Formats: sequence, structure tokens, C-alpha cells
Amino acid sequence: MIKKVSPHIVQNEPLIFERSSPGKRGYQLPELDVPNVDAEAALGRQNVRGEIEDFPEISEVEAIRHFTRLSTWNYAIDLGLYPLGSCTMKYNPRVNELVARIDGLAWAHPYQPEHLSQGCMEVIAALENALAVITGMDAVTLQPAAGAHGEFTGLLMIRALQEHRGNPRKKILVPDSAHGTNPATASMVGYAVENIESNDRGMVDMDRLSRHVTEDVAGLMITNPNTVGVFEQDIKRITGLLHEKGALVYMDGANMNALVGVARPSDFGIDVMHLNLHKTFSTPHGGGGPGSGAVAVRDILKPFLPGPRLKRESDRWTWDYDLPQSIGRVRSFYGNFGVLVRALAYIMAHGGDGLRRATLDALLNANYIRKKLEAHYEIAYQSPTMHECVFSDDRQARKGVRTGDIAKRLIDYGFHPYTVSFPLIVRGALMIEPTETESKRELDLFADAMISIAQEVEDNPELVLQAPHSTRTSRVDEVTAARKPILRWKSSVRSAQAAD
Amino acid sequence: MLAVLGLSSEEALVSYLSAAVRFDGKLDLENGKSEYEIVDYFKARAARNANGYASFLGAGVYNHYRPVLCDVVVSRGEFLTSYTPYQAEISQGTLTTIFEFQTMVCQLTGMDVANASMYDGSSAVPEGAMMAARVTRRDKILVARSVHPEYREVLTTYLKHGGLPVSEVGYSPNGLLDLDDLTKRLDDSVAALIVQTPNFFGLLEQIDELAHIVHSKGALLVVAFTEAVALGLIEPPREADIVVGELQSFATPPSYGGPYAGIIASKDKFVRQLPGRLVGETTDSEGRRAFCLTLATREQHIRREKATSNICTNQALIALMATVYMTVYGKEGMRELAQQNLSKAHYLASKLPRKFDAPFFNEFVATTNGKSAGEINRELLEHNIVGGLPLDRHYPELSGCVLLCATEMSKRADMDRIAAVWDGK
Repeated sequence: MIKKVSPHIVQNEPLIFERSSPGKRGYQLPELDVPNVDAEAALGRQNVRGEIEDFPEISEVEAIRHFTRLSTWNYAIDLGLYPLGSCTMKYNPRVNELVARIDGLAWAHPYQPEHLSQGCMEVIAALENALAVITGMDAVTLQPAAGAHGEFTGLLMIRALQEHRGNPRKKILVPDSAHGTNPATASMVGYAVENIESNDRGMVDMDRLSRHVTEDVAGLMITNPNTVGVFEQDIKRITGLLHEKGALVYMDGANMNALVGVARPSDFGIDVMHLNLHKTFSTPHGGGGPGSGAVAVRDILKPFLPGPRLKRESDRWTWDYDLPQSIGRVRSFYGNFGVLVRALAYIMAHGGDGLRRATLDALLNANYIRKKLEAHYEIAYQSPTMHECVFSDDRQARKGVRTGDIAKRLIDYGFHPYTVSFPLIVRGALMIEPTETESKRELDLFADAMISIAQEVEDNPELVLQAPHSTRTSRVDEVTAARKPILRWKSSVRSAQAAD
Repeated sequence: MLAVLGLSSEEALVSYLSAAVRFDGKLDLENGKSEYEIVDYFKARAARNANGYASFLGAGVYNHYRPVLCDVVVSRGEFLTSYTPYQAEISQGTLTTIFEFQTMVCQLTGMDVANASMYDGSSAVPEGAMMAARVTRRDKILVARSVHPEYREVLTTYLKHGGLPVSEVGYSPNGLLDLDDLTKRLDDSVAALIVQTPNFFGLLEQIDELAHIVHSKGALLVVAFTEAVALGLIEPPREADIVVGELQSFATPPSYGGPYAGIIASKDKFVRQLPGRLVGETTDSEGRRAFCLTLATREQHIRREKATSNICTNQALIALMATVYMTVYGKEGMRELAQQNLSKAHYLASKLPRKFDAPFFNEFVATTNGKSAGEINRELLEHNIVGGLPLDRHYPELSGCVLLCATEMSKRADMDRIAAVWDGK
């Protein structure tokens, strides 16, 4: 039975361009207090454009209705459990939004004099310190804009250190359970990628790994806990093996929500790692960004960090640009500062003990879900679950229902689906990460929904195969979208479906 | 819940981790704080920054008024707290706004296709360069020295190991790209020329002419921009092959350098080489219009090491803010806004000695006539004015020059004050 939701009326809304009518406006600029300049005279006639063709012309109330109506077509954390595995969809505290908008922070220009930027610099220093404490690492850069950007920064540093030692080496090892960004990043840094097959416990296989670790290997990229939600039990042996051959170990910190306060990557031999502040530290995903991919390193990599670096000079902070061994900039200015403010606010609200408690709650929730669903779905690996659990659709596939279908049916029950078909090493994966945010009540509703769907697969698989049934938009034709890409609106091609 | 799991305490959930990897200590962080204390902490930090100053800094980050609607829309939980729209049926809100964003970026830049956003303008530049190299199967990248210095630094970092050597093309005495230097460096191995307009000095480059020269050698023209407001008034780079840029001007406060939103757009024929996410129009099973992420075979989660880029998370919410901004100003407002910027900057420039004489939009380089730039800026601070950016750090040959920016938020009285300080009054 569907308990969490009931269907309700949703407003239709055309594209903003279709709402437009000539002469409408939603803005008011102040009167000019200087003479108006003739653009053609000032810029040259050839440099002045005509009107921006087909640009919207909308009143203010039409604009707010447009975006508000569109917003109601979204699911969001604010509406309920969002169990996307590896994405750590936790609650985004609103005080963090408020503090990021305080004038003195929001309107700070990155080039304003340092003595008038001390507040921003303190925030950066405080967050660098907190993340070093949490990871146990020696230094942190906050410049990278997202997880993949952090990976890129980390691998550039590995390459720089290897070059400094005399040989950049040729390969990066990546377990087959890794996020797609890992191999893509390694290749951007000029390395060949070698995939390491996981064993039947969902972990890196020591024997296979040791065969791959040669003097050609610059480093290993490992996710821990890995993408099946399992802590790599051999992690110390793994990092030891790599270090023995002069290779470094990069940790993808996407799953750090399982470890904060419980384990520190420095203690198990990680040399460099990134943290997704938009996952572990609760900054909002915003429909796909902005994020921040802070990178933490051990001492040996410190000289290679991107610049500039914060430096304490007597009683104030200054930016140090004199970094002869630095890999250089990976982004303009100092990173996604507004995201850093939010992450620091989150850490402050929790404190050390609170962060650890949040981690334990996240583990409890994931284990609870696993326990409730184990009888109905095939757990991918028997190894202990940390912050997320991964099932396969093996049982349901016998009825012709796959993980993607179950995901769509879950929408009818009022939940966002789990991560579908990832990690690739699990056939038909259902990857579920509830996070610490959820109460027992929401978890039970979710588990009941999943169990009910498992029953529907037995009794009426068609119901699941055709889902979702209650959404404004039914199953979307992604094949045609890719075959005949329409990537922008054009006035000449009025869509037949343009509703009003 | 513990009982269901047969556990006596939450600690049991981590007891299986060996002591060697477990952390049993206490994180050396302060105790958790209340909401009030957190607000107080950040207010105190904000008070240690510049407050109540009029700023004439630009240089890639611009002070523009933010219509209230922008924050209203991005503060809605349905946009703020949703993930990347992989599940199209319950993400149509985000998908539709991204489709509108892609369209507006095309309308603004004169390109055919644009992606869902990049991290920022600086990282969009190397993505444009790598894209050009894939399209042309050539490896040399030329970049104008009048491209934002930090963008060029990021370009160098990105391309260091990609087998794409970068060399710089100088600028002429008028501040525009030096055509002789370009002709000297342009050969059959060049994949692209990257040029910025308005350039770092605020000047309008001659895009059509550059396109003609570059295309005659089979290379692509990549045009960058940092001041999106200019596109309300200046001719878009229609002759470019790829356009990259920064949309901070559209509703994002300077925020000490980020988060902003970058864009990358191109001609239709290069769409399969675009990096990052794209939203396309399609239909649902009942034939109604719907949107979804598309052409994913370019991306890392499908192609892994063969992807066009490693980018995954982008700047969706900032792109949404820019979409609302473009909607609020609309066709007429974008032009009026740009016109005001032009007028303000030209008013200020009329009172100061300019270094370069090429046409400029809302930024220009002033010379300090013997006084040091630092001295002038210190004096301006006494009048609660943050002056322009001294150029000596990035351009040693331009020591004694300052890059000033005026926007619709600049007030005549402050500009008159700057002129007075300049004149030693």
C-alpha cells in the first residue's frame, strides 16, 4: 500500500520563451546619474549587437510563477528520504544559507586588500584546520570546485612528487568498483589506467593487486569504504604494498560520511584524498552543484599543493604566491568560498562528538535498511555494511523486472530512487544510502515500499514495468533524446506539446 | 532499531574495524554550537572584511545588483536540495530550467549549443582548449596574454600533462591582441587560439578578423568572457567555434571568489566533443513534452577513461540563479543594464588618463602618472572606496597601471572622488 503520498494537482507551465510577450518587463533600473553614452560611437557600430533574439520578456509575477511551478516538478531532500548511494543526500541546514549571505562575506571581492579580507581568510583557515583534524592529514587545499576536480588536483600532486623523485611513472591503478571520474581523471593527468578486479567480498583482491603493483605504477585510487559500502579490510596492507614500490595512494572521499570521527585515512596509509563538502558536510546539491572538492595531503605532498596558500604573518593572514614546487592553480581565486562557509557552519554545529554521532547514525540507518530488505532483495556481498548497502536485482530479474524498473515504481511510493546500476561490478545494482538524516518512521515507510514492490514484482510485474504511474511526467524517452538531440528552444520549431 | 539489528549500542557498528584502522580518540574540534552562536561567529568574521566600501574592482568578478527574485527561487527546497536530475520523472523542474539556461546561453553568445554549466570561467578555458584539440586533432594551443591571468594559469595547469603545449600571443600598444605576433605563431599544428572579449583590460577584441585569420590555418577560435553583462550590448562572437565564460555577473555576489558558474558553448557540429552535462527535449510515454540528461556517452560515468572530461558535479544552482536573472532583465533589460555599465565606466574614464585607446565596455586601464598605484588606493580607502586592481603583479610591464571597473552600482560622487584623488586634489 502506498502510505507516504497522494496524487495532487500540479500546474502546467510552458517554457519561459513561450510565456514571453513583447514589451513586458520585470525589472527597474535606477535613473542614470551620468550622461548616457552612445554605444555605437563609443564601441564602433560593428561591435554593437541588435536585440537578443527570442530572449524572454516577462513580468515579475509571471517570472516567479514560472519558476515556482517548475520547482513543484522536482523531488528534494526537503520532501523526504533521498537514498542515492554514494551521493550522501543529507539535510541541508538553513542557517548555513543565511550565514553564506551575510553582506561582509557575500560581497567580499577576491582582490580586495588582504587587510580587508581577514574574515574570509579566517574562515578558510578554520575549515582547512577542521578537515585536517577529521582526516588526520597534514594540509588541506580548498581550491578544487568539486570531487572530480579534487581528484584531478590530487593526481597532479602525485605526478609532481613522482617527477620530483625522478620518474613520473606510467600507470594509475583503479579498482573496478570505482566511480567513473577516477579513470577519467587519471587519463587527464596523462596516466594509463589499469583496472583491478574486486574479489567475492566486494573488496580489492590482494593477490590480483600485488601482481599489478610494479615500478611503473605512480599510484592507486581507492574509495574507502568502497562503492559497495564495505570497508576495505586490507587497507593497511594495500597502502603498505603500494608504498613499498614507491607508489602513492589516493582516496576518493565520496564515502567519507561513513568514517568521520570513526576512522582517519591518515591512520591507514592514505597519502592524498578529496572530500566532497556537498556530500559529507551537508552543503546543498542544488540540482547538480555547486560543490567543493577539498583535498587533504600528507606532509610529503605539501610543497605541491595548488597556490596561493594561506600564511600567518605576525597577527594576520596573507596569501603566499611564492610556491616554487606547486602544481599551479586549478581554479581562479580561492575555491568555492560560499560553499566553504556552509561546510564550516555544519562542522561547528556538530562539534567533534556530534560529527562522530552523525556517522554512527548513518551506519545504523544503512544497516537497518539492509536488515529490513535482506529477505526480499539479494544483498550483493555478505561483508559488513557501513553507510550504504548494495543489493542486486537477481530475484526480480527472473520476473523480467530490473533495478531501473523498481526505481521508477519507488517514485509512486513517494521516494526518490536509490542509485541505479552502480557500482558496475554488481549485476543490476540497487545502491541505497539513507544517511543519518532519516528517522525510523521515514526508514520504515521506505522499507515497506521496497517490500511492497518486491511483492508486486511477484504478483503483477507489469505494474512495476510501466511505473511511474502517478507523476506528472511518465517514463521519459531517453533513446530518442540521444538519437535526435534537441538541446535548445528555437522559435522556428514550435513544439506540438507546448502547453499553456 | 538497535534491537532489530541485535546490537547493544551503536559502537558495535564499528567494532569489527580493526584497532589499527579505527580512531578511538576524540576529534580535536570545539563542542557543537547553537544556531545563534554560528550566526554570531560568521557576523564577526564578516565584520573583519571590508564593509560599507564602494568598490571599483572588476578583473573577472563584478559588482552587479542582484534582483530579489534570484534568491527567492534558488532558496526553494525543491531546487536547493535536489540532486543531479538523473531520474527525469521527478526532476522535470531542474531539467526544464537547465534547458532554458542552455537556450539563453546560446542566444546570448550566438552559439548553437551550450552545456549545463562548468565550475567557473577559469576551468572552462582548458575544457575549451582540450575540446578544440579533439576536434582538430592538433595539439598546439595559443592564448592571448590579454586573457585573465588566473585563467591562463589554470590553462597551464590543466594542459601540462595532456600533451598540448601552450604559448602566449602578446598584445599591441592599443591593448588588443598583436596580429603580427599571432601570424608568427600560427601554423598547421595549432588547434586553437583563445582570446577574451572584452579582454582583461576591458577592451573589445576584433573577433571577426581573428576568426578569419585563425580559420585560414584550419585552427579553431575559442572566445572567452568574464563580464557577461557586456553581451547585452556588444556583438556576440558568432564567428567563434567555441565560447567559454563566466556568469558570475548574473546574480552571483563576489563571495570571495566563488561559487560561480562557467559556460561552454559551440557550433552544432562539435556537440559530441562538448564536456559535461547536456539536457535535451524529448517526450514521455504518453507523448507529452519532457526533458532528460542526454548524450551521456561523452561523459565519465559511461566512458570512464575515454570521456571528454572528468567533470561530474557542476554549478547547477548558480546556473539557475543566472537563468532567473536573465529572465528578470529580459530582452530589454539586458540591453539597458549593459548601456548603464557602459555609461558609468565611460564617465569615470573621461576623468582619468587611459593606457589603451581601443574601445572598452565597463573596465579600463588607467595610468597613475608617477604616483604609485598603492598610494592612490590607500588614499581612496580613506574615502571608503576600494580602488582598482594594480596590474604590476600579473603584468610587470604595466606597473603604475590600474584596472578599474564601474557598473550600474557605481555612484557618480564616488567616481568624482576617484578623479580628485588621481589629480592629487
